[in-house]
Amino acid sequence: MHLMYFTEQPMKDYPAEAGNDIGFTSLLMSNKHFDPIVGSRLYNEFLENYVYAEEMGVDGIMLNEHHNAPFCMQAKANVFASLLAGVTNRVKIVLLGNPLPLSDNPVRLAEELAMIDMVSKGRLVSGFVRGGGQEQLATNANPAYNRERFQEAHDLIVKTWTVPGPFRWEGKHYHQRVVNPWALPLQQPHPRIWIPGVISHETIVWAAQHGYPYIALNTSIEDTKKIWARYDAAAAEVGYTPGPENRGYLIRCHVAETEEAALASARQFLWMDGEFTGRLKPVWASPSGYFSPSSRETFVNFIAGQSASPSRPRKTFEQQVADLQIIAGTPEQVVASLRKIMIETRPGIMAFWGNDGRMSQVDARTSIRLLGQEVMPALRETAKELDLKCPFEANMPVSRAWANAQTARAAE
Amino acid sequence: MASVEWKSSVVSAAGTDVHVTRGGNGPPIVVLHRDIGTLERLPFYDALAAKHDVIIPSHPGYGASPRPEWVGSVRDIALVHRALLGQLGLNGATLLGLGFGGWIAAEMAACAPSDTRLLILAGAMGVKPPTGDILDQALVSYIDYIREGFHDPGAFERIYGKVLTTEQLVQWDLCREMSFRVAWKPYMYNDSLPYLLRGIQAKSLIVWGADDRIVPASAGDLYAARLPNARRETIANAGHLIEMEQPAALANLIANFIAAT
Repeated sequence: MHLMYFTEQPMKDYPAEAGNDIGFTSLLMSNKHFDPIVGSRLYNEFLENYVYAEEMGVDGIMLNEHHNAPFCMQAKANVFASLLAGVTNRVKIVLLGNPLPLSDNPVRLAEELAMIDMVSKGRLVSGFVRGGGQEQLATNANPAYNRERFQEAHDLIVKTWTVPGPFRWEGKHYHQRVVNPWALPLQQPHPRIWIPGVISHETIVWAAQHGYPYIALNTSIEDTKKIWARYDAAAAEVGYTPGPENRGYLIRCHVAETEEAALASARQFLWMDGEFTGRLKPVWASPSGYFSPSSRETFVNFIAGQSASPSRPRKTFEQQVADLQIIAGTPEQVVASLRKIMIETRPGIMAFWGNDGRMSQVDARTSIRLLGQEVMPALRETAKELDLKCPFEANMPVSRAWANAQTARAAE
Repeated sequence: MASVEWKSSVVSAAGTDVHVTRGGNGPPIVVLHRDIGTLERLPFYDALAAKHDVIIPSHPGYGASPRPEWVGSVRDIALVHRALLGQLGLNGATLLGLGFGGWIAAEMAACAPSDTRLLILAGAMGVKPPTGDILDQALVSYIDYIREGFHDPGAFERIYGKVLTTEQLVQWDLCREMSFRVAWKPYMYNDSLPYLLRGIQAKSLIVWGADDRIVPASAGDLYAARLPNARRETIANAGHLIEMEQPAALANLIANFIAAT
């Protein structure tokens, strides 16, 4: 079992009334509301908390990135990954992940990731994402080519890591005269690739076909099971049977000394009206061409304001607590709830979104301490009992392509 | 006005199927539709058809025309339409471009200057406005984008109705996706077009709605300055979507322009 700490790096001290006045807290909310003095303090607090999480015993630190919004201050996952490579010693640095379509130069990404892997002495997990809809607008990446760019950038990065240069790349979206970066990853054949997501059918199938663990982002138990069914079916088609090592799960989970304190703080998980990516206009979340063509009819009604978000049905805080999509309580209570999720969905990787919104730094650190010192040891026992192994424990091949190549070599 | 008989057909051009609506009698005029596609029938089309053979192709990837994966620029669309006109024997037709279709018409005229009898551009995209920016549909919903195109706030419901069907929304989404494919960056213009406009000898009419909030009027001034034989006109009480908001005024202006040439 691999157990990680995660935070969105919320800018808790932005003026909420400014967002309330205009009705959104992302993309076009003016950055005149950003205070670099507060930003400097918060970035340093986040860094202290990551180091603290390692001290408290977590196995990994999960990082992500978003743009133009106070709900997530991290605009480049590789920046904090680089910092953690230098200041931590043991934890895996798990990027979930680099939004590939946003990059116009995947070879540069491959170089940066190789550097992080070497500085961290092989502790990098290099997840990749398509990036949210509004990230395409914030960075001017064409949403109509989002999936094509994701897949081509991935192919180019893996080739850069595994095939000696120099070689030339003439793709549809990327063209490189010379691919021959001097920096290459320490881990061989390359760092593990994990793919986070929600319900996107294409991404689940793609991850399964490649043999990459899929990290379900705070989905309901029912939806998580549907994701695994879809993943397992796609894996069967390419000839393997996935196990817990293929399955990850991110859960909002706040721990405190008392249930009252935990529940009071956990309400901050809904600080942006419960929207994971801030309050936004639907058309920013789902620019044309970005979402799956099979879901077009659903999304167009969402964009036109004629239906709720298809990917995140709104639920009250109480409902989400009851449905185990937000977990808050004392260590004993939290362990009991998480055990249910582990029994129901059998993940080998779990990430704990420990704090959010305007939670105090003291509460954030208390949650990290209790997660690392009390919750995680109990979960490791449960994982042994349920035989939930992570990719490292299972010695899972980094990809199906690599596994197949190994098999072919052994046969020769 | 006698009712017009409109016929639909599918023509293969440059290896891709193009859906064509055609009606009316007279000298041919090819209408290049907007980035939001077009409604099947418009009073404006009927008015044009009274004196012309009106040909309305759906751009590849818009409306009933399937999306060819290889089409990646507005110039690609213009060249598919050039191939279409060749197929139909309409090389010398008058081109009328509406908004985004104006960009396509300008590219068609620029790439075959002697094959265009007259060029009529209404609120045309395609050039970087010297002042102001073309309104970016990526930041607004389909509905808000179209509402911004009208001078009269009541026009949207009058034309599209109070309740929008999923089918209409899907159509707008498909159009928008294709527009992103061909015109995402730079948004809705081609830096080389103002230079190429100088080679177009055809007489041209550049018309703008007085209240166009989608494409700044400065773009119209630039078109008029670069096209060697241009006439510049403005239509009152119209936004960007002139043919839907002031169909008679636009049709009359075009008829007078054609009669005078």
